[in-house]
This record gives sequence, structure tokens and C-alpha cells, in this order.
Amino acid sequence: MTAREIAAQVRSGERSAREIVDEHLVSIELLEPEIHACNLILVEEARAQADAVDAARARGDELGPLAGVPIALKDNLCTHHVPTTCSSRILADWRPPYDATVVTKLREAGAVFVAKTNLDEFAMGSSTENSAFGPTHNPWDVTRVPGGSSGGSAAAVAAGYAPLALGSDTGGSIRQPAALCGVVGVKPTYGRVSRYGLVAFASSLDQIGPFASDVEDAALLLETMWGHDPCDSTSIDSTPEPIRPALLDGVEGLRVGIIDELAGPDGFQPEVLAALDRATTVLEAAGAKVDHVGVPSAAYGLSAYYLIAPAEASSNLARYDGVRYGLRVPADGVAEMNAATRDVGFGAEVKRRIMLGTYALSAGYYDAYYGQAQRVRTLIIRDFERAYEQFDVLLSPTSPTTAFPLGAKAGDPLAMYLSDVCTIPTNLAGAPAMSIPAGLDAEGLPIGIQVLAPVLGEAVMFRAAAALERGLEFTARPKLLEAR
Amino acid sequence: MTATESRVEYEPVIGLEVHVELATATKLFCGCANEFGAEPNTNVCPVCLGLPGSLPVLNERAVEFALRVGEAFQFTVPASSIFHRKNYFYPDMPKNFQTSQFDQPICADGTLVVDGTPVGIERAHLEEDTGKSMHVGGSGRIHGADHSLVDYNRAGVPLMEIVSRPEIHSAEQARAYVSELRSVLEAIGVSDVKMEEGSMRVDANVSIRPVGQEKFGTRAEIKNMNSLRSLGRAVAYEIERQRELLEAGERVVQETRHWDENDGRTHSMRSKEEAYDYRFFPEPDLVPVAPTDALREKVHAEMPELPAARRARLVEEWGINEHDADVLVADAGLANYAEAAVVAGAPGKDVVNWVTGEVLGFLNETGLAVGALPLAPDGLAELVGLVADGTISRSQAKDVLRECLEEPKRPKAVVAERGLAQVSDEGALGATLDGILAANATTVDEYRAGDDKVKKKKRGFLMGEAMKALKGQGNPQLLNRLLDEKLSA
Repeated sequence: MTAREIAAQVRSGERSAREIVDEHLVSIELLEPEIHACNLILVEEARAQADAVDAARARGDELGPLAGVPIALKDNLCTHHVPTTCSSRILADWRPPYDATVVTKLREAGAVFVAKTNLDEFAMGSSTENSAFGPTHNPWDVTRVPGGSSGGSAAAVAAGYAPLALGSDTGGSIRQPAALCGVVGVKPTYGRVSRYGLVAFASSLDQIGPFASDVEDAALLLETMWGHDPCDSTSIDSTPEPIRPALLDGVEGLRVGIIDELAGPDGFQPEVLAALDRATTVLEAAGAKVDHVGVPSAAYGLSAYYLIAPAEASSNLARYDGVRYGLRVPADGVAEMNAATRDVGFGAEVKRRIMLGTYALSAGYYDAYYGQAQRVRTLIIRDFERAYEQFDVLLSPTSPTTAFPLGAKAGDPLAMYLSDVCTIPTNLAGAPAMSIPAGLDAEGLPIGIQVLAPVLGEAVMFRAAAALERGLEFTARPKLLEAR
Repeated sequence: MTATESRVEYEPVIGLEVHVELATATKLFCGCANEFGAEPNTNVCPVCLGLPGSLPVLNERAVEFALRVGEAFQFTVPASSIFHRKNYFYPDMPKNFQTSQFDQPICADGTLVVDGTPVGIERAHLEEDTGKSMHVGGSGRIHGADHSLVDYNRAGVPLMEIVSRPEIHSAEQARAYVSELRSVLEAIGVSDVKMEEGSMRVDANVSIRPVGQEKFGTRAEIKNMNSLRSLGRAVAYEIERQRELLEAGERVVQETRHWDENDGRTHSMRSKEEAYDYRFFPEPDLVPVAPTDALREKVHAEMPELPAARRARLVEEWGINEHDADVLVADAGLANYAEAAVVAGAPGKDVVNWVTGEVLGFLNETGLAVGALPLAPDGLAELVGLVADGTISRSQAKDVLRECLEEPKRPKAVVAERGLAQVSDEGALGATLDGILAANATTVDEYRAGDDKVKKKKRGFLMGEAMKALKGQGNPQLLNRLLDEKLSA
């Protein structure tokens, strides 16, 4: 059931919010041993929130747009007094004294928080295997990864834990797991959604976004949480153009560009490229004009990203030192305690990126690494701007492959990094992009197609995605759910 | 060639880095109160504690203060400047990086005229302060302590770092530069500028070079000077230390040195070779600082009179000398006090005499601030009036003032209380004199018969008797005139 349907049922009184949340909690209990999408299931909190919605309705209060709708939160979003671990040992017991701005907005909208979901530690990874609390399994095939870093949120929506979930996307961390789990995932324009209370990985790239089972639900969630926040200096100070009024306006005359550099064939699964062809056909049939476009610098996106993101991360993660909160491993002397805490508290991938970033910022190397990466970033922004002079939206696969087996790339960081090759350029450009399910491969695993739009172009991006969704008619569900 | 001829003359080259805490109501990046002396860890929030997920938002008031600094020292304030992160680990720094301006400061290329000589100021930039550590056990320093306590109230307090060019050439000039800088910062209301409380901190880069040589010598950075006096002493000591090293054929090491107030020396802390790599990079959580034209115009329009202009005006309007003007204006509060007394009706010259004399002496003696004086400026004007109209003598006035500075009393009340008012009534004085002359008829006769020497002696005796009878409160000028009249009658 969609979030819209649930909200309508609660509003009409057809069903209580409590009844709905209990139903979802039962699903979670049942499937969680196999999927492990959650770091924490919020049984008591969710019931209390649902009861509050029911009480508000009984009083005749006006209900928020998401009243009674269960939602899962990625465990790097701060929740007042509720553990926020970032799937790291270093924050395993940390309870924030405040709510993230998005969490506050969702509370006000009446949403019911059912879980804090698993992620790659500090959102660093593409498979959710880098979690200190064990990997999440893909609901479509529990021997495979759900993608990452927001793998827990993607799996939660795919498995029906909740119709909606929040993730964060620094290099593809919403879109890639959405693709691998067969759900819709959106990275909004940088600054569209407040980052206040999102535990930072790479500040200039991080952006919170929705997961949903369809495009309209994703639009509903995004519209509920976006907008200017005085607590985030980088949040955009303008009222967004609403998405849903024009969602079904179609794509007649829309100019769609296929990004040559992100369409293989090397490293791309043929079925993924076939799905891109199907998407092209669907859009053309709906009246769009589809052509090829070059974004030459996109090929350097991965290299630039793996300098900029680790550089910022090395600084953002410096605060985890055992002094004020989180894990402390005692040792003689402050520096020794800092080192022991960080050694025990951080996993291998986090350490690798801190090292990379520290090196990239070092005296004598700054210009060759961080400086050069920023220049590439500027080129990518220009190339996209040029492409959008001729096209309204761009199209590419979301991920070069479908979900890979657990452990397949765990020992090969470079192979793992390549699974974000299609999603990273958008983060560097600060532009929006979303992934929608476009079919299954021969092994029954979902394939995602990415729609990209210029900065602040959410409305046209969603309109194209809605047209694709209607044409592609993706209705498959994980077998795990059908068995029930 | 003689030994004196071979002696090399050295020129000191000094650059000063001054940190001032800005007196904004709240911290640089959050809404926590910026106040001195609160209970530890009470003025803190997720932002200044650097909690995961928190983000900084720049305090607009701090930008306004920086613009005032820009105006006061004729800085260039670029259309936009940015913050960087300065990365290093220290327990009293919540994020383990300091958010600070780096290569694009808000104020660039300013000047301060010190005793008629312009000293270039390279830059002034905004940055956040750190928390404060207290090391318990051992020597009281971090190494060897049993444990440490950290107070984050100060973390995130806005600082301006003001960096002079190496254009200062003596310890005296260094002192004068900081003194004038302090006066200006106080006048424009951006800081408390209290070196003793740490709201103003000065580091000095000191080197020496042979006179005529263009290349700078190796410099040492001197820290821990917490008064103008210790700044002067430390710089003078360091110049001498370096001169002795060079004259002995040794070299100066580039390092940070700690001034020890007790033994009057600087001591090596750590050499620059082992300094940190701060890995500066632009702060991605903040947007560029771009003051609007409206804000620039507001700051420009609201600029108060600066100390140099004020000194010139007081010299001109009050006819006081430049030294007195310097002393007065060096403390804006003192100058305000004097100006208020003048507004209350006292002549500037008299007011300045009292303020730079007794009042300043009292402040130095007690350590009080002008604002804490129980005597309001119009009370001082009242005192000046009492001397001017002859009610009390100047020496009596000193005692009266002292009492009014120590207790909340008005001068007239003290005069009345002590019965100090001078007798200036000619009738009363005349009657007293008549009595004295009658009782001392012999002396009067001796006076009249005597030569000048005798006259002087006898007259003095009679005058003394009269004053005694008047309990010292007779108006001396009047009494003298009346006595002469009566003796010559």
C-alpha cells in the first residue's frame, strides 16, 4: 500500500494509525531476521506516535500530510534521545540531544518512525557491508547486497517495512540501493533539503532524500521535508516549485539526453543497457525527443569524488576522538586515547577514506589532489550546464550492474567504487537525480534507470520519471513477500 | 680597526598578532550566550559542542563588528571572503578543527598610525575560539596530569585576529601599537579589550637584522604576555637575547617562546620544524561572507569618533596638552567620563587635571573600571565648581574627591558634613581679625615699627592666629587682603 493510501485511510478513519503501524511492525519482526535492514526497531516510539495521530484525529485536529504513515530513517539522521549510530562502533551508544530538521518536519507531518536503518559505516560504501552491525540482505535475493550506503532504507521499503524511508546520498547512496532493491530513490538538488542533523560524511556532497515504492509517494515525501532551514547555511533560500501538480502532465516535446559516457558498454551488464533502451522507447512513445549527449568530464567524476569526499570526511570525522561522547578506549595520555578510540571505533573503509583524505589535503599535495579535484568538479558543472542547454532531462543507468552477491566486492575497494560511476557526477554538480525501477534481469533482480535534471529541476525530473513509470509498468515484488 | 668600529648595529623587526574576543551577545556560529565567567559547560549547544549532524550559521553581528574594524583601520573589505577549516586535534576543540578565515580574510591591508608613524596591518580575520582545559594533578600542564577538565563555554566565541606587518622596530613602539589598537577597538565598541581577562591576546614575532640589511633575520614567536607592560618587557628581552646570540656568533632558531613574567625571560616551547600541518581547506558548511551594501553603509554611518580625532578635538576645544589628551583617550571610558563632566558645566582643563590625576590614580590603585566609580561625572563637575567659586581650596577638594570616589557621596554633601566651606563673608572675617588685632596689640605695634623683615614675621603670626580662630576655613585671599587693610589703617 502506498503512503497516499495509508494517509487517506487514516484521515477518513477507515483504519487507525495504530492498526497500520502494528501491521507494519509485524512484517518487520517477521522479515528482519533474514534481511537485517534495521539497527533499531522503534516499537514503543512508533506506537506512541501512531496513538498521538489517532488522538489528534479523535479531537478533530487537522492531520499532517503523512499522518499515520510509517517511515524508516537512515541511522545517520539525528533522532532526539533515540540512538543514532551511523552503523559505527564509535557511536554505538550515542543518543542525540536533538532532532534533525527533516525529522522534526516529518514529526509535524504526522509520520510514524518505525526503524533506524542500517548503512555502510558513516555512509561510506555501496553495499551496506561496511556496517559495524553486520550487512543488510537484499529482499529480492538474500544472498545479495541491497546496495549502499542507504541499503537498510532501500531494503525496508522493498520488504514493505514502511512505504517510505529516508536516506542520504553523497555519491549515489540513495539511488544505487534504490536501483538494486527495485524502489524509487531521489537525490534532490544540493541545499533543497536541510542537512541539519544529518551526520556529515562529505558536507559539500551530502543530501537527504526519499525512498518510496512509487514516484508520487517519493514526491509527497520530498515536498513534506524540503525548503529553507535557517540552521543550514547551505540550504537554498527560495520556495521550491511544487512537484505533484504537474506530475502527470506527460513528456510531449520533452528533450531527453542519453549520457554517452554513462551508457557502457564496458563494465555494464547488458540487461542494464537493454533496460535503458526500453526506457528510451517508452519516452519516445510518450512524445519525448530522445538523443545522445556527451558529458565528457563525467568520466573523471569518480576520481574527483574519491579525493573531495574523503578530504571532507577526514575533517568531519575528526571529532570522534573519545573526549566528549561515543566510544572511549582508555589509554595513557590524550593522543594515545584518541588513537586507541579511533582504531577500535572505526572500520577499515572509514579508516581508508580518512587516510586518503588526510593525504589529499596535506601540505605540498593539496593543489595536486584536492585542488585538482575541485577543478574537475567545476568542469563537470560546466559540462552539465552545456548539456542542459539542449536537453530538459538526462538519462542513464543508475548502476552498471544489478545486485551483486554479499562479499563479492568486499575485498576490492576499487571494484566497489565503480558501482557508483553513474551516480557520482550529479553529486559533484549539486544537481538532482532519481532512480526508478525499470525491470528485472535474468536472475530476477531489479534494474534501475536514472533521470537527471538541472539544479532546482525537481519538477521536470519527476514528470519524466512519472512518464517512465507509467510506460515501464514495473509491478514485480520480491518473492519473499509473495510467499506471505 | 677598533672594537667599537667593528660592532654591528642591529635593527629589531617586530610583527604583532593580536586576538580580540568580539563582544557579540552570542557565539560566532550558534545562538549560545557569549559571556565571561558562567558556570562551566552551561553556554553550550549541539553546534558549539560540535555534535554529529550540527552545522554552523554565521553570526551577522560578528560580520558587522568586522566591518567596523574595517572602517577603523582603513581595511579593504572584499565583496566576499570565506572560512576555512584548520585541522588539528586538541581536546578543547570540539570538532578537532577550527573554523577560521585563511587566505581570503574579511579585512585586508589596513593601517594604524602610532605616534605619528603609520604601521601596516596585513589582515584582520574572523575565527572561533576554542574551549578551555584545566589539567588536574602533576605539573598542571597537559603532560603528566592525572586528568583534565574541559569547559566549552568559550568554544565558538568570535575572535578577530589582527596581524600587523613587520613594521614595528622597538619594544616601545610595540607597546604603543597595541595601546592605540586597543583604544580604537574600544572606541568602536567591538571588544572589551581586556588583556588580563584574555579578551585581548598578543603574540609577537621578533627578529633582528643588521641595520641596512633588507632580508629579515630568523624570527621567534613570543606568547603569553598578558599586559602591555609584559609585552614591552618580553619584546625588549627577546631583542637583547637575539643580539647576544648573534654577537656571540650563534644563530637564532625559528621557534615559539613562552614569556615568563616571574623570571623576566622567554623560554623555548617548540620549534616550528615540528609544527602541525593544518590541512586548511574551504569550510563546506558555510557560504561566502558577502556583506550587503546596506550593512556597509549602516556601519559607515554609525562609526564613532576614533581616538586620534578625539585627541585632536580635545586639545583644540579644551586647550589641554597632547600628553594629557593621550592619557585621557587611551581609556575611552575615562574620556567619556571627562566629556560628561564638561557637559555638566566644568571647564575641560580643570576636569582633565582631576581625571588624569586623582581619578586615574584611584582607578589604578583599586583596579576599578571607570563605570564602577560611585561619583557620576556631574559630581566631578560639582567639585570643580566648589573650587572655582572658592567654597573649598584645592587641597580640601582632593580629600573631598577621595571620599566621593570611595563612597557614593556628592561633593557638596561631604563639604557640608565636614563643615569645610570656606568663610568668605568679609564681615565675619573682619570681625575675627578685629578680635585678633585687639588681643595682640603689642604685636601690632611691633609690626608698625619694624622693618620689612619684622613686618613679615609679625604679619605671618597674626594671619596664623586668625586662621586658627577660623578653624582653617577662612578664605585665604580675602583674609590676606583684609589683614593688610587693617594693618595699614
